[in-house]
Amino acid sequence: MIPGWLIAVASLGYLTLLFAIAYYGDRRSDEGRSLILNPYIYAFSIAVYCTAWTFYGSVGLAARSGVGFLPIYLGPTLMFAFGWVVLRKIIRISKVHHITSIADFVSSRYGKSHVLGGLVSVIAVIGIMPYISLQLDAISASFNVLLNYPELSNSGSAIDLPLFGDTAFWVAVLLAVFSILFGTRHIDATEHHEGMVAAIAFESVVKLVAFISVGVFVTFGLFDGFGDLFARAAAEPTIAKLMTMEVVGAQWAPLTLLAMLAVFCLPRQFQVTVVENVDENHLNKAIWLFPLYLLLINIFVLPIAFGGLLRFPLGTVDADTYVLALPLAEGAPALALFAFIGGLSAATGMVIVATVALSTMICNDLIMPVLLRFAWLHLSEKKDLSGLLLAIRRGSIGFILLIGYLYFVLIGESYALVSIGLVSFAAAAQFAPAILAGMYWKGASHRGALLAISGGFLVWAYTLLLPSFALSGWLPAGFVERGAFGIELLKPYALFGLDGLGHISHALFWSLLVNVGTLVVVSLLDRQSMIERIQATLFVEVFRQGGTAGVGANIWQGSVSVSDLRSMAERFLGSERTHEIFAEYARNKQLDRPMAGNASGELVQFVERRLSGVIGAASARVMVASTLKGEGVGLEELMQILDETSQVLEYSRQLEQKSEQLEHASSELKAANERLTELDQMKDDFLSTVTHELRTPLTSIRSFSEILHDTPDLGLSERQHFLGIIIRESERLTRLINQVLDLTKIERGRMEWQMSDVDLAEVIDHAVSSMHHLFEEKNVTVDIRQPETIPPVRGDRDQLIQLAINLLSNAEKFCPGGNGRVEVALESGPKALTVSVADNGPGIPEHEQENIFEKFHQVRSDQTGNPMGSGLGLAICRGIVEHLGGRIWVRSKPGHGATFFFTVPFVKQ
Amino acid sequence: MAKSILVVEDEPNIVLSLQFLMKKAGFDVRVASDGEQALAAVEDRAPDLILLDVMIPKRDGYDVCQTIRSNPDYGDIYIIMLTAKGREVDREKGIALGANDYVTKPFSTRDLTEKVKLLLQGAD
Repeated sequence: MIPGWLIAVASLGYLTLLFAIAYYGDRRSDEGRSLILNPYIYAFSIAVYCTAWTFYGSVGLAARSGVGFLPIYLGPTLMFAFGWVVLRKIIRISKVHHITSIADFVSSRYGKSHVLGGLVSVIAVIGIMPYISLQLDAISASFNVLLNYPELSNSGSAIDLPLFGDTAFWVAVLLAVFSILFGTRHIDATEHHEGMVAAIAFESVVKLVAFISVGVFVTFGLFDGFGDLFARAAAEPTIAKLMTMEVVGAQWAPLTLLAMLAVFCLPRQFQVTVVENVDENHLNKAIWLFPLYLLLINIFVLPIAFGGLLRFPLGTVDADTYVLALPLAEGAPALALFAFIGGLSAATGMVIVATVALSTMICNDLIMPVLLRFAWLHLSEKKDLSGLLLAIRRGSIGFILLIGYLYFVLIGESYALVSIGLVSFAAAAQFAPAILAGMYWKGASHRGALLAISGGFLVWAYTLLLPSFALSGWLPAGFVERGAFGIELLKPYALFGLDGLGHISHALFWSLLVNVGTLVVVSLLDRQSMIERIQATLFVEVFRQGGTAGVGANIWQGSVSVSDLRSMAERFLGSERTHEIFAEYARNKQLDRPMAGNASGELVQFVERRLSGVIGAASARVMVASTLKGEGVGLEELMQILDETSQVLEYSRQLEQKSEQLEHASSELKAANERLTELDQMKDDFLSTVTHELRTPLTSIRSFSEILHDTPDLGLSERQHFLGIIIRESERLTRLINQVLDLTKIERGRMEWQMSDVDLAEVIDHAVSSMHHLFEEKNVTVDIRQPETIPPVRGDRDQLIQLAINLLSNAEKFCPGGNGRVEVALESGPKALTVSVADNGPGIPEHEQENIFEKFHQVRSDQTGNPMGSGLGLAICRGIVEHLGGRIWVRSKPGHGATFFFTVPFVKQ
Repeated sequence: MAKSILVVEDEPNIVLSLQFLMKKAGFDVRVASDGEQALAAVEDRAPDLILLDVMIPKRDGYDVCQTIRSNPDYGDIYIIMLTAKGREVDREKGIALGANDYVTKPFSTRDLTEKVKLLLQGAD
């Protein structure tokens, strides 16, 4: 028995110390020397996860079901150790978008939707209410134990005592005051409640030390260590039963999953882990520090539970109070008081953070949107809205604790601590699918999330909340036993005949099934609006290199002057803060002149994001939209128009692409046709030219043959002359046919090349000597100039001889009779041998030089106008040279002869 | 007086054979090897008949034929076109431009001689 005044003084003293820490933390923060800028404080603040439920309830649960309490701590351990990638992404997204709460996160992801933000807020408040009332219950119950021990009856709760109602009420009031003091000093929710975080971290230390102290006292004071304690427990059949896993069995997996989701979906966990995070790198340490904390605080759960069971006759003391009852019973009141302070830490920490988080949601996602929509005219008259915001938040805190207290009075008694906590967990878990899908699946849509959360929540309410009402007598008891309207299939604890899972697992199964199913199906069928698509991209691709800051800046189509934007921001942020923000923007953009005129889309977006840090994304959007000029088009309509426009643009772009492809294809077709026509024409021309060239010698042959045949009295010399013509024309005809065949073979790649290393000097000599008689006949002199040694070239010797003969006979043909000169020169280049054949004939007119290598292009002698060859020789030359990888060209000045050059590459070394 | 024939052809061996054939048939023969020479020869002294090759340098056979036909003074000159182009369109073109006949190479020397004789004798 501890006197009431002592308990009260100790409690108040502790709370005062807490406030001093918070105050100091805030002062340091204001001075820019943050107290919480280290990962250990961050990890301890996350330990707000361990509430009075852990402190008292775990022992109670262990006394009833052995290790059944563990999944609640296994889940977070797994989440931090293995799911930290998810946490890191949530933190990064929240920093980028100045997210103020879990409701803000969901609303922001799904197109900055008011409705969604409001829905999440309402569910959070309803879902967390039992949890808050649980803390009030724990504080008053523990107070009662200290005050009345050992008279305390076996009923854990003493709600029937009139004094107790009052105690809990005063606890609620006190906590409201503290929450207001800690949580609403600043209005910018993203500006971190550093004092509060410092205090919470301190509380985590206190509750850990207190719990371990009791554990050590029990294990080593009352017993001789773990071995002794467990040996004695094992000797008791009722306790030994708890050491097997059978008690929990199938519950483990679902409860672990539930705790994994709760550790980031519970509003207070989201608050400390995400919103209050000051440095993303702190997470790296927290991923093992926090699980370590959970391990430490759980080590003594079983020893205390077994110690209590061994020490107290079955049923005489509520197991939820063993932490206090054991020290009291063993004459250690000071330790009991310390344990009470530890439990108080656990409870107050939870209540303070939860109310701050919930009040932010209520203010930003429920009240402000409504006020801005329906009472905009009134608000617009106010110069400074920051006071109003603070008032709303403080009012919300009071309201939350009030209904928490009411829940405690009206319903709380019918539930064990653990069940109440799990009910809240299951409510918070309904946010998980929308959050996770929102970060990894761009297709998750606003409608999908809205219906999914609603559906999951309704199932939760039906399978967990309504039964709790029924158990409290608010609803007829038959609702639980026989189902709604007496329909068996609708029994809330065995929906559609699914029985034997346990209430929580059962509710979790059905609610998540509905939730996830709805989210996936609706999203797949849905079409996202433009802002949804933008937000989805920003969230899913938050880690993309280069950032996504620019995305979405251009969705503001209206114009707003910088000064209008500034005065709007001042109303929410105050002039000092506004000035800072604008200066920061100018600094980031390295603007040297003050901003004036119309604000850029980027500036508007910047201000919108900073404003969302105060009033949430959805409200910030409405505020910014209201300042934009050109209000003829409402925001929703604007978005719709943009959406439709982009669809039309998309469609017409596809059309354009298709017609471009068609155009491309048809132009290709046209080109191919032209080419075919051209080829056809060329074939035609070729045939016609070949025919013509064949007919000419044939004409001579036939004519003279007929003349010889019809003129028997022809003189001998004339006969000889005519026969000579016939022979030469026959030779010409043969040569022509061979050339046509050669050219065709070369052109079609059917020539058989006998490639070898060829001495080109020898080839030239061979060609010249084979034409020896022709040159002598016309009195043409031939000079050959060549270096002493020349490397071999790669080629077909016969074809190279043919090439040389063609060029030499051309030269011979064009040389003037009597004083003709042909000069052949060989010259070694770096890679190829160049051969030139020059004559002193009439030369080739410049306009002819290009076409001279085309087939059937005949150069006619200027004097006679007669064609000088078949028109195939040079074409064949070109075919040979190009096949061997060389080049052929001509240089000529009319009147000064012509020089033909060709190159043949050397054999590669 | 013997009828005169102008042979317009650039291929020397064909010129030789035509010269031989026409002389043998008793005609007076002159030779031109391109379009300009041909027109100059006509201006110099109009022949009774021209054996006109189409593919000749400078001004081709069609051109020469058209020029001659555009001058009424030369209205009574017979023109027989000779060509290595065997297509029907070429023949039609020659006739349309005012040629009296059109002979494809290689030709029968007897047929050609008959055609020339027929034209020149019929004119008498």
